[in-house]
This record gives sequence, structure tokens and C-alpha cells, in this order.
Amino acid sequence: MKPPAFEYVAAESVEEATARLAEYGDDARPIAGGQSLVPMMNFRLVSPAVLVDIRRIAPPDAIGEADGHVRIGALTRHRALETSPLIRDRFPVLAAAMTHVAHLAIRNRGTIGGSLCHADPAAELPAMAVLLDARIHVARRNGERIVEAGAFFEGALWTALEDGEIVTRIDFPLLPPGTGWGFREFARRHGDFALAGAAATVTGSAGRAAEVRIALFGVGETPVRAAAAEALLTGTGFEPDAVAAAIDALRNAVDPDDDLHASADYRRHLAGILAGRALGDAWARAGGGAA
Amino acid sequence: MERTSIALTVNGVRHERKVEPRRLLSDFLREDLGLTGTHVGCEHGVCGACTVLLDGDSARSCLTFAVQCDGASVRTVEGLGEIGALHPLQESFRRHHALQCGFCTPGMLMTALDLLAKYPLATDEEIRAGLSGNLCRCTGYANIVAAVREAAAARGDDRP
Ligand SMILES: Cc1cc2nc3c(=O)[nH]c(=O)nc-3n(C[C@H](O)[C@H](O)[C@H](O)COP(=O)(O)OP(=O)(O)OC[C@H]3O[C@@H](n4cnc5c(N)ncnc54)[C@H](O)[C@@H]3O)c2cc1C
Ligand code: FES
Ligand code: FES
Repeated sequence: MKPPAFEYVAAESVEEATARLAEYGDDARPIAGGQSLVPMMNFRLVSPAVLVDIRRIAPPDAIGEADGHVRIGALTRHRALETSPLIRDRFPVLAAAMTHVAHLAIRNRGTIGGSLCHADPAAELPAMAVLLDARIHVARRNGERIVEAGAFFEGALWTALEDGEIVTRIDFPLLPPGTGWGFREFARRHGDFALAGAAATVTGSAGRAAEVRIALFGVGETPVRAAAAEALLTGTGFEPDAVAAAIDALRNAVDPDDDLHASADYRRHLAGILAGRALGDAWARAGGGAA
Repeated sequence: MERTSIALTVNGVRHERKVEPRRLLSDFLREDLGLTGTHVGCEHGVCGACTVLLDGDSARSCLTFAVQCDGASVRTVEGLGEIGALHPLQESFRRHHALQCGFCTPGMLMTALDLLAKYPLATDEEIRAGLSGNLCRCTGYANIVAAVREAAAARGDDRP
């Protein structure tokens, strides 16, 4: 279908974008890559009176390192993340996730800020933000704040952003050296949203897992950390019993929905299988816990 | 609704037009410029038929507003080749019978051009993954993959 009529404003800076959004209130929406917003407008699921185009407020490839973080500008495109040597080196798990995000034509336009703010429960980047404890920088007229990824996603297509706020930057704290990682998802067709997915990091020390993180997506309203499973594995040597107990805990903790594509039971089953594989990969890449 | 003036280049030709902000690039190309080679299937990004090159990168013209393309350079299937002087990729599609009704073909070609510029496409699996965002209801894909495989092999080493 065709989108409903709207007024179009192109902002040149964060200040201008937030001023315009404040001026128009909840009639206005920012548009970044448009790869989620325009489909929703074409379906007439949303009909903003004003679109504030924020593409020019930051470069499409702002990826840098400072103060123990990799900082990514909100307008950085998926394609830039997919090809960034810095991301591949510092966050190979994120580089791996990018190969599953949509199709090239979508990745050429879609942005990390747009993906986080759209907050699709099955999207990879929100799950990466949750896994990696990203800090999401938010600006509004005359102010800014930082939201921890764990508090950002409030529901399906629902975030902690208030009207008039935009995401400007996402900071990913560096992982300790030697941290292993795993990323697994299952989709019916390459580039489709996943039916379910799991990502893990393991930091080893002398044959033990000193820190374990597991994020799951596509199995609930928001991406989630599997906190109980993480606790069960921390300090272990990934003995089969410990892993099995963690997978059980994680399956019990998720609450997926039935839909056209998969039943809740199947998604819960997948979550366990995929998390098991992601954890296995992470443990192996961490050197099996070797010091 | 107020119309906005835009100026952009399509297949090397500069156009200035006034458009409604809600004008999709796909409709702008087809209705305003009469370039009906760009097809429209789903209008929500999943079929790939409307894919064009926008400043050199493949993009869904159904997910882009024409107002966002002020100053941009667009390439559509009309800018590839013409009867009697086909682009090598079009020639490869023809040779391999990579089209039947032709509805998906413009999007397939523009997508494949970008894939050929950016990826090694060393295996059929990689070619299929690259084309997975473009639907074809006719061919069963095998001949499209074959056409792209041949184009990848003929490409030489001038890729970035
Ligand atoms: C066919 C298809 C397949 C896809 N497959 C996948 C997939 O497998 N995995 C995946 O993760 N994604 C997928 N996507 C979605 C894609 O990744 C989008 O690009 C992304 O979700 C949105 O980014 P965007 O920049 O295009 O945002 P937009 O569409 O411009 O915006 C999305 C929402 O976020 C808001 N917004 C955007 N930027 C900001 C900001 N900086 N601050 C505040 N609000 C903002 C907008 O107002 C809007 O509500 C797919 C999309 C399509 C069309
Ligand atoms: S018409 Fe644009 S992707 Fe289907
Ligand atoms: S040739 Fe008919 S849709 Fe592909």
C-alpha cells in the first residue's frame, strides 16, 4: 500500500532534530534508514504527521574506540558494522550476528539506532546490546541521558525512549582478552528474522568459566539475558551436567509466543539447542577455560 | 500536502521535480519519470522487485521516499543495457534462461550487481544467501544462480 501523507523535515544536527521533535510532540517520528518505519507506514500501521529525517545528524559509519569502549554512532549502517575491521577484532560475536541481519539492500540503509529503537523481539542488534551490556546514549531538547541496554527494551516494538528523544550513540564496553563467543540463530530463509537465536560469551580462567553471558532473542517480547543459566555456569568447567542444568534453567525462564511461524514449545526447544551450541562455541573459543 | 522540490540523477540524467513527501522512490521512478523497469511487488521490503542502486548501493525503492533522494544518483535497470547492447549480467541471465515472466528480473539484476561488487560469491551457497531477499515465482532460482555464478567468474579481480 501507499503511506499516508506526512510533512517531511530533514535535520542537520542532533540539536535541530531534538528541537523539531519537541516542537511537533507525539505527532512526529524520527526516520533513520526507514527499513522498519516505511514498511509500517506502507501498511498504515503507523501514520506520523511529521517525519524528522535524522540521517545527516551523524556519519553512516561512525565506529571508533575510546575509554575502553567501542562507540558506534546511531546512524551507522548495518553494512558498515558488517565490514568494520574494528568490530571484527573487538566484537567478533557482533560481526557474526551482522551476517544474519536482513539482506544486502536492507543492510545498505538500515542503522543500528533504528534497529534498537524499532526493538523487534527477533532482531539481532538489540540482542547484541543486551549481551554486551551496551550503554545507549539518548538526547532530547536540552538534555541527554544514558540508558543501559538491559533497561532499554520494554516490550515488543517498545523501548524506554520518551517522545522527543533520539538515540545518538551506543557504547559497547570491551571484553576481557581471551573471551570466547558463540552466535547461533535459526531462520527459515537466510536474512529472515530468526525464529529463535542465542549468543554467548565466556571468559575463562584456569579451566573455569569466570564470566558467562547468554542472550536469547525471538523467544519473548524483548531480548533477554538468561541470568539463572549464567549463574549456574559461572565458576564451572562446563562439565556436561552443569551445561545441561543451565539449558534447563534457560528453557524454563523463557516465555515465547505461538505464531504463524512456530509454536511456543518449538521456540523453547530451539532456545535450548541454540544456546547449547552458542555456549559450546564460546567455551571452545575461550580455550576451554585454559588459563 | 505541500510539495517539495528535489533534484536527482537517474541513469546519468538529471531530473528536477516537485513531489509529495509520501511519494515512494518506486512510484517516483515509475509514475513521474515513466521508468517502469523498476517493478513493485510487496511494498514492504520483502520481495526485492523494486531494488535499485542508490548512490551505488542496492536499496529498496519501496522503502525510500523520493524526498530523501534529493541530490542522489539512482541507477535502474534501464541504465544497464539495451536490446542489442545488453549489460554482461543481462547477457548472462539471457544465456542461462534466468527469467521467465521477468517480473523479478530488474530487482535480481540490480541486487546481483551490488553482490558482485561486494562479495566473493565463491560458492553457490553464498550466491543463494545473497539473492535470498529477492523472490521469483517462476524459475526455481537454479538458472538465476547459474547466471550470477558465471558473472562472478567473469568478473576478474577488479573488486574492492
Ligand atoms: C525484508 C526485511 C528483512 C529484515 N530482516 C531483519 C533481520 O533479519 N534482522 C534484523 O535485525 N532486522 C531486520 N530488518 C530490519 C532492519 O534491520 C531495519 O533496518 C532496522 O530494524 C531499522 O533501522 P532503520 O535505520 O531502517 O530504522 P527506521 O526504519 O528509520 O526506524 C525504525 C524505528 O526507530 C525509530 N528510530 C530510528 N532511529 C532512531 C534514533 N536514532 N533515535 C530514536 N528513534 C529512532 C523510528 O522512529 C522508527 O520508529 C529487516 C527489514 C526488512 C525490510
Ligand atoms: S516492492 Fe519493494 S521489496 Fe517488494
Ligand atoms: S521470472 Fe517470473 S518472477 Fe522471476
